[in-house]
Amino acid sequence: MSAAPARRRSGPARHLLGMSDLGPDVGAGIDEVMTLTDSFVEVNERQIPKVPALRGRTVVSLFFEDSTRTRLSFETAAKRLSADTMTFSVSSSSVKKGESLRDTVETIEAMGVDAIVVRHGSSGVPRQVARWSDAAVINAGDGWHEHPTQALLDCYTIRQHAGSLAGKRVAIVGDVKHSRVARSNVAAFTALGAEVTLVAPPTLLPPSLDGWPVKVTTDLDATLGSIDVCYLLRMQRERMTEALIPSLREYTAGYGLTSRRADRMAADVLIMHPGPMNRGVEIAAEVADRPNAVIVDQVRNGVAVRMAVLFLLLGSGTRWGGDDA
Amino acid sequence: MAERERRLTPPYGGVFVARTQVMTAEDLARATRRMAHEIIERNHGLDDVVLIGLQTGGVPLASRLAEALLAIDGTNAPVGMLDVAFYRDDIGLRPVLPEAVTRIPGELTGRTVVLVDDVLFTGRTIRAALDALADHGRARQVQLAVMVDRGHRELPIRPDYVGKNLPTRRDEVVDVNESGVDLGEMHQ
Repeated sequence: MSAAPARRRSGPARHLLGMSDLGPDVGAGIDEVMTLTDSFVEVNERQIPKVPALRGRTVVSLFFEDSTRTRLSFETAAKRLSADTMTFSVSSSSVKKGESLRDTVETIEAMGVDAIVVRHGSSGVPRQVARWSDAAVINAGDGWHEHPTQALLDCYTIRQHAGSLAGKRVAIVGDVKHSRVARSNVAAFTALGAEVTLVAPPTLLPPSLDGWPVKVTTDLDATLGSIDVCYLLRMQRERMTEALIPSLREYTAGYGLTSRRADRMAADVLIMHPGPMNRGVEIAAEVADRPNAVIVDQVRNGVAVRMAVLFLLLGSGTRWGGDDA
Repeated sequence: MAERERRLTPPYGGVFVARTQVMTAEDLARATRRMAHEIIERNHGLDDVVLIGLQTGGVPLASRLAEALLAIDGTNAPVGMLDVAFYRDDIGLRPVLPEAVTRIPGELTGRTVVLVDDVLFTGRTIRAALDALADHGRARQVQLAVMVDRGHRELPIRPDYVGKNLPTRRDEVVDVNESGVDLGEMHQ
């Protein structure tokens, strides 16, 4: 028997596990992704939004946690690059029969995949998968840790509407403690020169904010007048094992973007939300449909940004991201 | 003479050192005018003719050709640009990144597309460009204009309009820029 042909790959597998994988200068790494995203936005506007760049590559999504938009977004991105996609959903898999994570990864790996998109409820799982696998690993959200592609698409959306992030004042409002989106976004926004303020009740802030280059306040009303972007986090009810807030209604009273609060912001302040929204909790139903709410743009840009990430990891041949030896 | 860094053409990351100038800026302008005349002659005018410059070297050339066409014929031929990075057959073998966003002026179906590039070498970029064009509609005809044809084709592709036929060694590098065309080598 002859040996299997060598897979097309220049250098060791590269991964996107967190914002620090974008290189020593995170801002420059983000800029590279943004430039490439411009090209994929153009592709997505075509009548036939598909290019043959990743023909013959296989991308597996390995989701241990519920997700519709992120999984669909990655799969759409892979398909528009002509890659083959496979979905591993835990509910219909051998994980239910007691298979370990490592065996699951090695099984998928044995089928010859080029990239694994991982979402898991525990922080650090994508890094562990990257140790076990020769494929490129993309973190699609791990526990309370990071969600780098969300941060990249948020940067792209802000840039699209406001030109640049340098000097922009961004408020990240809500459940920072349980939010991987907040962690990746703080790293991304500050790397691009934005001033970030976290707005949350003390119980929904992480135990320590040492080393976070952010301001912190508990007063949303005092913040509204002096921001360029209002980024609302989802109230993660499924992660609330302890009573961190008295009630959702009380949360909305203090930290929800109600119509009255939205009226007090300048008309060009961008309203953003990573989805899925709890309309009526962190954002009033009507506010989410205002012209300065760019939540649908975030989703739209997500496909192009993920195309850029997949292309950089699998197609560009440029060294990018951290090698986890 | 000119030294330029070339990031994405082989050998990668080297610096181009020019040895001789094979065309001056005036030669370039004369060749461009002649090619413009040939385009008009071949197509019996400029009805439905679209110029598409290949990123990056073909883009300035396409706009100079368009200026020449305007001066000769008084017609403004639409000009677009095309990046073929996602259509290359060597993805994964060498660094491939798009240089700029593709911009196609209007619908290509039924029109005559003149692809414009600076140097024709192996023909693989043109192969990729033909695939890319097909995704933007069914052109009635595709023609190819290059400033320098340096030989060493690896595919059955030939240009319709040539600024200069330049015999070269495989390891030499041809550089087309505003002040002319240089022949030289890459230095690491």
